[in-house]
Amino acid sequence: MYGFGGTVLRINLETGEIRRSPTPESFAREWLGARGFVAKTIYDEVPRNADPLGPENLFIVAPGVLTGSFAPCGSKLGFGCVSPLTNGHADSNMGGHLGPEIKYAGYDMIVLERISPKPVYLFIDDDAVELRPAEQYWGMGSLDLEARMKKDLGEDFQIATIGPAGENGVGFACITHDFGRQAGRCGVGAVMGSKRLKAIAVRGTKSLAVHDLPGLTKHTYDIIQRTKPHPNMEPWQKYGTALFVSWANEHGCFPSRNFQTTYHEGWEGISGEKLAEEVLVTHKACFGCWMNCGKYSRARIPGKPDTYLEGPEYETIALCGGSCGMTDIHHVAYANYLCDNLGLDTMSGGNVTGFAMECYERGIITKDDLEGHELRWGNIDDFEHFVGMIAARRGIGELFSHGTRAAAQKLGRGTIEFAEQAKGMEFSGYDTRWYSAQLLSYCTADIGAHHNRSWAITADIELGQDTPVGKAPVVIYLQHIRPLFDTWCCCRLFWGELDVTPEEHVDAVRHLTGWDITIEECMLTSERIWNLTRAHYLERNGGPGRKHDVAPLRQLEERIPTGPAEGRKVGTENFEYMLNDYYANRGWDAEGNPTREVLETLGLPRIADRLEKLGLLGKPIPGGIPKVRGQKLKPKAM
Amino acid sequence: MRIKVDTSRCTGCKLCQQICTIEHYGEINPKKAAIRIGAEFPEPGVFTPRLCVQCGACARACPEGAIERTGSADAFVLDTSKCTNCGVCVETCPIGVMYTHAAAPTPVKCDLCLKCTEVCNTGALTVVDSPRPTSR
Repeated sequence: MYGFGGTVLRINLETGEIRRSPTPESFAREWLGARGFVAKTIYDEVPRNADPLGPENLFIVAPGVLTGSFAPCGSKLGFGCVSPLTNGHADSNMGGHLGPEIKYAGYDMIVLERISPKPVYLFIDDDAVELRPAEQYWGMGSLDLEARMKKDLGEDFQIATIGPAGENGVGFACITHDFGRQAGRCGVGAVMGSKRLKAIAVRGTKSLAVHDLPGLTKHTYDIIQRTKPHPNMEPWQKYGTALFVSWANEHGCFPSRNFQTTYHEGWEGISGEKLAEEVLVTHKACFGCWMNCGKYSRARIPGKPDTYLEGPEYETIALCGGSCGMTDIHHVAYANYLCDNLGLDTMSGGNVTGFAMECYERGIITKDDLEGHELRWGNIDDFEHFVGMIAARRGIGELFSHGTRAAAQKLGRGTIEFAEQAKGMEFSGYDTRWYSAQLLSYCTADIGAHHNRSWAITADIELGQDTPVGKAPVVIYLQHIRPLFDTWCCCRLFWGELDVTPEEHVDAVRHLTGWDITIEECMLTSERIWNLTRAHYLERNGGPGRKHDVAPLRQLEERIPTGPAEGRKVGTENFEYMLNDYYANRGWDAEGNPTREVLETLGLPRIADRLEKLGLLGKPIPGGIPKVRGQKLKPKAM
Repeated sequence: MRIKVDTSRCTGCKLCQQICTIEHYGEINPKKAAIRIGAEFPEPGVFTPRLCVQCGACARACPEGAIERTGSADAFVLDTSKCTNCGVCVETCPIGVMYTHAAAPTPVKCDLCLKCTEVCNTGALTVVDSPRPTSR
């Protein structure tokens, strides 16, 4: 089969048994890779009541169809499981170089089953696959361990690790690779840790089989030459995603102090420009990317050791920086380092810490809870102590280690109203009170409030920021576009910022695989994934769907107090309007449950049967489901 | 003509390695490329592309006369039909940029096709006019 490694690897961590089977071409074509492979496999194989951190959960590592090919930035690698943070489907992906390495070693999906009796790491050197002892690595920081393993194994191994947070089962523990690339969300690092799998080290030296190499080469070569002079190229190369800090403040969507407001006083100190000026060491790219948005930095803070890592990028600046009240880029870079080495997602980690800072400000938690420390806005020492408590699940760190929703449920006293999360997943770095489509995106997403499920900020501007009308169909379209990048496994930024079209990515898939695949077929795969993971969420968490698509009260009813978006809020009525519109446009019933008609249209009749048995199937829609679900809109670059 | 390497501009993207093996082997396989990228992380944080500077030491050492600079070209090129894969060139190379790969029948050597400089978008690899190296 062209374009794929050709082998699915299954490893039983309990017994050490390793099984290989050929990747079925029908499976590859139907699900394309990574997020698609994960969604299908987890849904089919993980028992409905399985504990996310127990032996029945699976931990899956899967590159996608374009990973490691010469297609534009085919760098991505997906990780999947059931999430300990949301108790639903989980997938999270990272760039860097590990995905291609796995493909060159010949693997399309690695399924890790059960729990190892002792700490191990997975060693892959082409056909040699071993579980090696990792007791000597257990307890080490993610970044420290990667440096150590590079020394132990050699520079040409690509390595992914977890830190103490992953070992300890923190709900938002991440997986780290390449000194700062993460599969950050959904707690995939905690599931890896629950398996006692400390790291994955891979070297692949095989060639990738390509159906039409001259065609693929010319295709990508032409895109490279066309996009080199693109006006967005230079700013992205210079500042990476951090260039968005100034824009987000000017447009009133930057989270400041746990989303209390959306314009951050002192943002200039943590901007992309400041990053380039103060902490940048070198520009760094993922595999096959000529836009190099990665910024490798060094933080220098008097009294602390100099720290190196890739980052901080926008989300980290927004959540560890803005949301925790920081105004110094060195402090944000250091906070980034702390989270990375502990193995905490900087997005949830920053959001949770900002939330805890507000709890401290309000006197809901005190010095007594914090081992005598404080938790003040913008204080890097307080931040350092608190994230240490979370990663170790020590004292009140245990309470916050399961995310803001779980913490708020235990703390009570109205804290849930300012816990900025959906389905238990913390908000990405965008406030939504002036961006209602983004709020709808967060709240309807299968994994919760993650911007990469659908980023609708500029779509909101195009459609009108003060209206809920017309938002739902566009959000659906964006929710269908995004899975494509997570299954193709090429970077979405070439689409968003450099105007490389989804159709061009499909052309790359055609050259690579020889399939007569079209964008329409790919979009159908997206919608299939979206409905499957919705069903998965309902099966694990009960229905109706609507009760899970809930927005934080702050976003709905608390007016933004300062900045360019002052006075704005979404409003409960507007949110309900958008939800109704969303369900109708998806072909789901008014309670947010998928209908048999839509599931059968997508070739998922078995899922309709399962939902029906569980009383979770949507009621038939009078007049039938919409023929076209979603409305195309390419959001402008910022 | 030669390829100038500016390590401060390399981002480690490996586009150069991909195009190199596409051009020379009709395959995508960065590990087979005639250019390698050293990565010194976490400190000091620098990428170091390493490739042949066409000094000709390998050509002088080759017992089969399989490495030659022909005509006015600036590259020493390996004639794979003459090469016996004895490994002398790899051992001789003063800067360690004659590479081997398990699936390559002969050592891997840069022949100045310049494709890598065409895909590089950061200025890490550029073509410069310079006098031919004086050896041989």
